[in-house]
Amino acid sequence: MFPTARAKAVTQHATSDARWVRLVERVKSDKDQAAFAALFAHFAPRVKAFLMKSGADAALAEECAQEVMVTLWNKAHLFDPERASVATWVFTIARNRRIDALRKQRRPEPEELTWGPEHEPEQSETIALQQESEQLGRALAALPENQRMLIERAYFGDLSHSEIAAETGLPLGTIKSRIRLALDRLRHEMK
Amino acid sequence: MTNIKHHLTDDLLMSYAAGNLPEAFSLVVATHVSLCDECRARLASYEAVGGAVLYEAPCCAMSEDSLAATLLRIAEAPQDAVPARATGAPGLFPQPLRDYVGGDLDAVQWKSVGGKVRQTVLPTSKEASVRLLHIPAGTAIPDHGHHGMELTLVLQGAFQDEGERFGRGDVEVAGEDLEHTPVATPGDDCICLAATDAPLKFNGLIPRMAQPFLGI
Ligand SMILES: [Zn+2]
Repeated sequence: MFPTARAKAVTQHATSDARWVRLVERVKSDKDQAAFAALFAHFAPRVKAFLMKSGADAALAEECAQEVMVTLWNKAHLFDPERASVATWVFTIARNRRIDALRKQRRPEPEELTWGPEHEPEQSETIALQQESEQLGRALAALPENQRMLIERAYFGDLSHSEIAAETGLPLGTIKSRIRLALDRLRHEMK
Repeated sequence: MTNIKHHLTDDLLMSYAAGNLPEAFSLVVATHVSLCDECRARLASYEAVGGAVLYEAPCCAMSEDSLAATLLRIAEAPQDAVPARATGAPGLFPQPLRDYVGGDLDAVQWKSVGGKVRQTVLPTSKEASVRLLHIPAGTAIPDHGHHGMELTLVLQGAFQDEGERFGRGDVEVAGEDLEHTPVATPGDDCICLAATDAPLKFNGLIPRMAQPFLGI
């Protein structure tokens, strides 16, 4: 209806998460330490808190948070903004570190699907996924306290799998569909 | 890829995303997701919840020299060369399963469990166990024990259970309440990856439980 107004809203809205994507891009392409420092300042304290909530003491959490950030540096080329926000990607690295360090288990991971080296992320898809991720964050914050706590505890590794109820009431359908389409495009490109 | 009809449950995908599944179940989930883009996308949406939880989490201050220490680690352990995507001949087993077997089908060290059924137990943590089963076409699959949850993922051939067919990539999720007798369909021998909650009972019972089906 109002394409200009909508486009403007999209740009403005995209700024907060798009910033992290650009910083990861700079780490990947330029080994940019300033960009890394900005990511570190934001994510390392959250990863540390996440690990302490998962049962690590302060020293171990500090150690693991540093390792998570080292992995972010080393694997920046594997980050795909069409399939995950930076926060989601950092979460998966921190989760795997937690399983390794706290549960002392291996973590079987699915086969990696990566775009060819010449692939440029689709801007519109990237922005749409960022917006949906932010929407998800707001929906999580808006949940009734006890329900939100339960989800947080599950992701901190504080619930066993039999205690987890996957019906979260969170808007996951749009994110799922968008990632599914990205996977279809990726498969098409791989042929 | 497109023929998969039996998928993982939301509970399993969310538990795997949150990092709360026993290793044996995680291996089945990772192997199915390697074959199934639908579940890969569902998994990614549950991981996005983890991203939101992390993003909203309160901060915990890092120690003062933390950034410098991290940059030093990066400098001291330079990144390995970017590993090329595995482009070897596509085998029967997706990569996560190959990691546990130490190769593809030809690397499996089978042991007979009675009759013509063979298995190999893969090394995981003890809360649950996972094994590869090789069942000749037309043979009943040994009962997994009906203690707790069991996941059965087909890698080759197919089995029939409760009027449903499970082919490559399909996963059957069964609780204690399901009385069932999966039978490998005629054609290729059936190879599946089966995880269960009840490792001790399962280990001791399998030869005996197999008797009624195998006539041994
Ligand atoms: Zn699936």
